[in-house]
Amino acid sequence: MLILTCPYCGVRADETELAPGGEAHVARHGPGASDEAFEAYLFLRANPRGLHYERWRHAHGCGKWFHAARDTVTMGVVGTYPAQVTEPPAELSRPRGS
Amino acid sequence: MFDAATTKETTRFEGLVTVEDTGLAGMITIRGARSEIGGAMSDTVGLPVPETLRVTTDGRRSLAWMSPDELMLFCGHEEAADLAARLAEATARAHALILDMSDARTLFTLTGAEASLREVLAKLTPADMRTQAFPRGMIRRTRLAQVSGAIWWADDGSLRVMCFRSVADYVRGLLCHAAHPASWVGHFRD
Ligand SMILES: [Zn+2]
Repeated sequence: MLILTCPYCGVRADETELAPGGEAHVARHGPGASDEAFEAYLFLRANPRGLHYERWRHAHGCGKWFHAARDTVTMGVVGTYPAQVTEPPAELSRPRGS
Repeated sequence: MFDAATTKETTRFEGLVTVEDTGLAGMITIRGARSEIGGAMSDTVGLPVPETLRVTTDGRRSLAWMSPDELMLFCGHEEAADLAARLAEATARAHALILDMSDARTLFTLTGAEASLREVLAKLTPADMRTQAFPRGMIRRTRLAQVSGAIWWADDGSLRVMCFRSVADYVRGLLCHAAHPASWVGHFRD
């Protein structure tokens, strides 16, 4: 069971109260972009073994989108942070204790 | 036009706790930045703006936190339209939305021992129902089995449960089932 703390309301929300939004900080490419860039935006994901940045929405709650950093191997949550950023905060850029 | 109606007269289940339809209530959705509309709203309603995850009340009206930019005002069903209009006027110069949403949702009142109230809800929501995580005075929007809902403590120690009216029959069934005497668990203590 995954529990994430919503950075907007502070609720410790269960995974089933949230809606997943996939990998975070994916660069958006639209009209005018090359086929390769558009393909990368639409389909290509890092799918890392280890630290992963994700988008989640507090769907059965305040309704806001936010970000989470967690380890895909240990399922450990490194932290959550607001949606209004284009990259993770420095303190969440590597797993705690490593 | 149809007359507004609830199942207040017919919904009453006595088990581990008593489940009742709270009946008609005015429910006004207020959206906007607290810094922009908080003052005008508070003056019009006569209640302080609640902190995050809190409810303020004077017994007659209640103002509940819904999200960082959303509040819900509970008032008399008959005063909702007028109050919504006055709120809209008071916040007209701000980027805000005021809407009488009284018909959108249904309220249930659960009464009984606090431990039993926590137990009944714990069967339906993944939210932590222990006192330290859900203290008196708090509102928690969460999931009730398959649907969204909100739960909060009223001043008299009863529990309010709110859901969309379209799923009211479902939630009524859930609450009565979770309150069935044969389903006693006894995890929470008074
Ligand atoms: Zn939230």
